[in-house]
Amino acid sequence: MKLVAYIEGIGLLGPGLAGWHASEAILCASSPYQAQKTVLPSPSSLPPAERRRSGALVKLALAVGLEAIETARLNPADLPSVFSSSGADGENCHAICEMLATSDRQISPTRFHNSVHNTAAGYWGIATGSMKNSSVLCAFDASLCAGLLEAVTQVVVDNTRTVMLACDTQYPEPLFRSRPIPDAFGIALVLSPERSAQAIAEISIELTEDKADSMDGQLEALRVAIPAARGLPMLQAIAMRQNGRVVLDYLDATRLSIDISFP
Amino acid sequence: MNPLWLTHYTATSSIGRGLDQTLSALQGLRSGLNPCRFDTVDLETFIGEVAGLDEVRLPSHLSEYDCRNNRLAWLGLLQDGFEQAVRDAIKKYGRHRIGVFIGTSTSGILQTELAYRRRDSETGALPDDFIYRTTHNTYSVADFVRRHFEFSGPSAAISSACSSSAKVFGSARRMMEAGLIDAAVVGGVDSLCLTTLYGFNSLELLSKEPCRPYDARRNGLSIGEAAAFALLEKSPQDEDDIMLLGIGESSDAYHMSSPHPEGLGAKIAMQDALRMANLQPSDIDYINLHGTATPSNDAAEGIAVQALFGKDTPCSSTKGATGHTLGAAGGMEAAISALALKHSLMPAGLNTKQIDPALQLDYLLENRERKIHRVLSNSFGFGGTNCSLIFGRSA
Repeated sequence: MKLVAYIEGIGLLGPGLAGWHASEAILCASSPYQAQKTVLPSPSSLPPAERRRSGALVKLALAVGLEAIETARLNPADLPSVFSSSGADGENCHAICEMLATSDRQISPTRFHNSVHNTAAGYWGIATGSMKNSSVLCAFDASLCAGLLEAVTQVVVDNTRTVMLACDTQYPEPLFRSRPIPDAFGIALVLSPERSAQAIAEISIELTEDKADSMDGQLEALRVAIPAARGLPMLQAIAMRQNGRVVLDYLDATRLSIDISFP
Repeated sequence: MNPLWLTHYTATSSIGRGLDQTLSALQGLRSGLNPCRFDTVDLETFIGEVAGLDEVRLPSHLSEYDCRNNRLAWLGLLQDGFEQAVRDAIKKYGRHRIGVFIGTSTSGILQTELAYRRRDSETGALPDDFIYRTTHNTYSVADFVRRHFEFSGPSAAISSACSSSAKVFGSARRMMEAGLIDAAVVGGVDSLCLTTLYGFNSLELLSKEPCRPYDARRNGLSIGEAAAFALLEKSPQDEDDIMLLGIGESSDAYHMSSPHPEGLGAKIAMQDALRMANLQPSDIDYINLHGTATPSNDAAEGIAVQALFGKDTPCSSTKGATGHTLGAAGGMEAAISALALKHSLMPAGLNTKQIDPALQLDYLLENRERKIHRVLSNSFGFGGTNCSLIFGRSA
């Protein structure tokens, strides 16, 4: 059973990867990768109150999601969305746990509503005005592929375009030691059921037990260290415009095989 | 959509372990809400606590998953022969052809809250016995179920706050219709923790008394905990199996913690569920409301329900019995909806004395017994996430 969708837009933000267009040459190895902390832009699409309350996860999601949708030249209000994250807003979670361990447990309303796993989806709705379905998932290290499968089944079964976002942020210490995600990293894809003028690539997905592809050098270190970066081999294949197949890490021995071709 | 069958299902909450106790509590108008004595919580509120979780032991090979949420999941799986039903499905379809989609909002966060009390006084480190992946992480409960059954098909935790375990039905439907899987274990598991108790308190949304959904003087919710599971298949095992007929999912795009005041997102979700089921509002016999008993939720939902259904469709919130079980609410109320269909019981909304006159609905203050064919169940959550499910009986 192969599931087919067309990628119409891509967003990417991570250490040394400042946007999809800025990163294509790095992924093709035609320009060198230079490690640099992820720079999260201020979420200008949010009203001032929400902008003030937004944490790293929200900024990351808005940046990659809107980059993908701009490339596809679509209106975000028209799109359903799929958000996957291996752990939501790590900084906020730490602040709540720290406060709950003291005698003054009066956490703030903003802390609390930012603690839900769907915090980025909620702010996304406010920023974009989209009232469409938004699915929010977590599958620990398999979160990116869980989100990709959810998005592709939306595309195929509900015959709709959708935007899929996989975003991870760091935990501060002491949680960092238990979950050492080194930096913020996000990938977004706009997926369509039909081949349109703005189609970048066709992907055909199936489950496999084949070994997952790895990368070279520092990109491989990123891929292994951050769950959302598990999608990098697919983005590299797209950047190189080569028809072919990549296998992405998913759950234990279950992986995703993706045939990529170009119109 | 092609209907899916709930060939097996189960529910465990403060009103009972398994379906028999749950049904008997509903029939006897018994609430599971009691004054909060949970952990060291010093809030004046009522909670729906599942008794005996401290004594539950996970299977030894999964002991690293030990936390309140996974204990509740395990207790839930052991009821109503559900575990055996899943094993039978594995024989039928294979481990790789069954998906796992479990809704939760806080998963095992309590474990981390407790670990933060035991940080090293010098380094600030968490204790060595703390295991993030298998307890704290949002996925841990879905992973626990997956590993217990040794599934190798698609799997995820769905975590959209209080719509989580309604939306699992949406994810499972898409996976089944896409042909990736033949069956799915779906459910919702959420357990008591300090984050939600103190969090809802900070929003001034906790009632000091047992919650009174749709009451003129409702003043907030009561938090509960629950584990509910269903096995979804493409064909029935018994002629009276309950069907899932429609799912509607929408977003408010309005505010992080307040619903759209006219219930616009809620209305879209209900309309989409009706459309998917190819039904008219008049085809729905009973509505299991989200009905959290916060002033704004019930007002917004009430307006949306009245706009779509008028004021004559019997409806109630069962959160007066179970409390608001947050990420487990969708699954818990799916099970209650299935019980309602099977046993011809439209359950009363408990604790409510005087129905809010602003909400012109046929809100049930007494149990009503009559054969019903289709039930709509609503689940809405923080971040403006909405999901409506329609269940029906074939016979």
